[in-house]
Amino acid sequence: MTAQAETVTGAAEQAASGSPGPARRSPASRLAERAGGGAVRVFLVLVGLFWLVPTIGLLLSSLRSPQDMAADGWWTVLTKPSQLTFASYAELLRNGDITGSLVNTVLITVPATLLVVVIGSLAGYAFAWMEFPGRDWWFLAVVGLLVVPVQVALIPIAELFGKVGLFGSVLGVVLFHVGFGLPFAVFLLRNFFAEIPRELLEAARLDGAGELRLFARVVLPLGGPAIASLGIFQFLWVWNDLLVALIFADSGSQPITVALQTQVRQFGNNIDVLAPGAFISMVIPLAVFFAFQRQFVSGVMAGAVK
Amino acid sequence: MTSSGAAGASGAPAAPAPRKSVTGTRTTVAVLFLLPALVLLGALVVYPIGYSLIRSLYDQSGDGFAGVDNYRALFTDDGIRTALKNNVVWVVFAPTVATALGLVFAVLTERIRWGTAFKLVVFMPMAISMLAAGIIFRLVYDQDPDKGVANAVVVGVHDTFAESSAFPKAHPGRDSPLEAAGGGAFVTREPVRAGEPVALPLVGVAPERMPDDARDAAAPRPEPDKVTGTTWQDFTRGKGVGRLGEVDAGEPGYAGMRIEAVKDGRVVATAKASADGTFTLPAAADGALLRLPADNFKEPYNGLDWLGPTLVTPAIIGSYVWMWAGFAMVLIAAGLAAVPRELMEAARVDGANEWQVFRRVTVPMLAPVLAVVVVTLMINVLKVFDLVFIIAPGSSQDDANVLALELYRKGFAADQPGVASAIAVLLLLLVIPVMWFNVRRLRREVRR
Repeated sequence: MTAQAETVTGAAEQAASGSPGPARRSPASRLAERAGGGAVRVFLVLVGLFWLVPTIGLLLSSLRSPQDMAADGWWTVLTKPSQLTFASYAELLRNGDITGSLVNTVLITVPATLLVVVIGSLAGYAFAWMEFPGRDWWFLAVVGLLVVPVQVALIPIAELFGKVGLFGSVLGVVLFHVGFGLPFAVFLLRNFFAEIPRELLEAARLDGAGELRLFARVVLPLGGPAIASLGIFQFLWVWNDLLVALIFADSGSQPITVALQTQVRQFGNNIDVLAPGAFISMVIPLAVFFAFQRQFVSGVMAGAVK
Repeated sequence: MTSSGAAGASGAPAAPAPRKSVTGTRTTVAVLFLLPALVLLGALVVYPIGYSLIRSLYDQSGDGFAGVDNYRALFTDDGIRTALKNNVVWVVFAPTVATALGLVFAVLTERIRWGTAFKLVVFMPMAISMLAAGIIFRLVYDQDPDKGVANAVVVGVHDTFAESSAFPKAHPGRDSPLEAAGGGAFVTREPVRAGEPVALPLVGVAPERMPDDARDAAAPRPEPDKVTGTTWQDFTRGKGVGRLGEVDAGEPGYAGMRIEAVKDGRVVATAKASADGTFTLPAAADGALLRLPADNFKEPYNGLDWLGPTLVTPAIIGSYVWMWAGFAMVLIAAGLAAVPRELMEAARVDGANEWQVFRRVTVPMLAPVLAVVVVTLMINVLKVFDLVFIIAPGSSQDDANVLALELYRKGFAADQPGVASAIAVLLLLLVIPVMWFNVRRLRREVRR
């Protein structure tokens, strides 16, 4: 495999430089290079393991009984696999608080994602292709809001929601996430929509499409990749949120992150809830992540300013 | 204006057409498209900024004007001062360490076939919540080396280099030939002679603390020109069963006990007891006192107090780096892919080694990407809340405090919305340079 990889890069180098390959290397330096390459591989494998161990620790911990957890470390599973049990998971799924909070997480995340995508697309399209006074200034103002920390809004919005009766409700949490998701959504989608070739829009226009039809039939389908990135990004953002829900949700509307957080104070005693609970809360984001890596990465790259 | 393509797309120097509407939209339609976004942004993002600014000038009840009192609290309140100090540590170390690791990973994986798999592993923590990451690292940092993997490793490494002491609490029993020598060591009362076996009995080691390889002690056998002996646990359960100072059946040897022969204060020979507690010293030990040095009896090393007051912030920063190094890596890898190969190859042909290529070509070419990554992480770090909230146990949460956490505490636990608003304004001020930079960068693009 090493040799193959070397050939591949060698070929790439030749193609890139257009020269017949690096002729100056002595056999000794090639040997040193190969040894260095081996060291790099070993190093990367070790780092990869190092990065995986914490998550594996959580997974194996969630599959052990609290008694075993109190006695020794999760790595003893490697020599005594008989300890593995789904008992904590079974127990957790019988726990109404936890299952209810999982439902709440979905009830918060799905609308917060859809709303940001829809409202953000409308505004992004308007900023990209409509004419109105001060268009660019309005857009720059929205871009300015990209980096506003959510912390700034916690106290004012808590008071505002208290007045209008949204405090403690799922809707309140959703609205807050939409508000703070919008600057990024508008920024990302406006820039993407602006790259749509003008001819396509003009052609649709000549066919007699109105503004809404143009938006729904041309802009949205063409904006698919950006909308996917935004949707995944926002979905993960909201699903993983703790702080906003900690403040704006009450015990009936709290998502899984808040439900687990209430157990952290007695960490050692509640490990049979925390470990499987944390793992369950990670399953959906990880599935989304592995299924849509490319969109996620491009969302992250576009959002590097958030 | 006719068909020069989308304005944002072309970087052509020719004056691009303004991106005019193709539909000749009336302003009212534009307003309808924009209204939902602008209303929500106004109510949920802009209004709170103004509210916080004003609220921070009023006292905690909100009735009396307080001037800059709340801002003065930023520098006098102990909690906030600790938070500020920790935030500085965070902002200095977390982004730089994450970026440096990301750079190293991106460069090293570039030419490796399974680089993508590696990147996936390192990038994965970005997808999970900080709460889950917090729980993961509470487990990692568990103080007990039998439970927390961090301390298991630290203790393992420590015990490999500094030999572990297996016999804490061991001490001479009644009528022992040993006496305390100060500093926790024990020494024989009488000098030993070659050919005359020595007994070094101790008591007090709990059976479950005995080394795993300890076996029943064997009585010392004399050897000419050598000092031989046994060190063992001189205790048999049950009254009057064992004989004092004699090796009885079932009494375990102190496997691994270190023994020094001391003459005139100098160590002339050393030995280590075997599994049955027996040891042999060369003739040089003839006439010396035998000493059991103190490091046999130290309490075992238990690792670091990761979540104690001094290490808690670095420990949490470690978990942050675990989450965000992948972010840096992915952005830098994308930047790296855009660096022309020819530059590096030219440097190599000119005889530069890999380190020089990295230092003189790769890093300077990546400087803009590195800047974006560091700045992004800095903004992110300013707002860090969940990790500290979850990982720092109650006992050291004060020591791990950061601004975002202190804002939550002041605003929602301590009911001091005035001070909390001042913290919010401070956080906002800290990100304003970045806000300004973003707007400026975009203004140029938008105007094209």
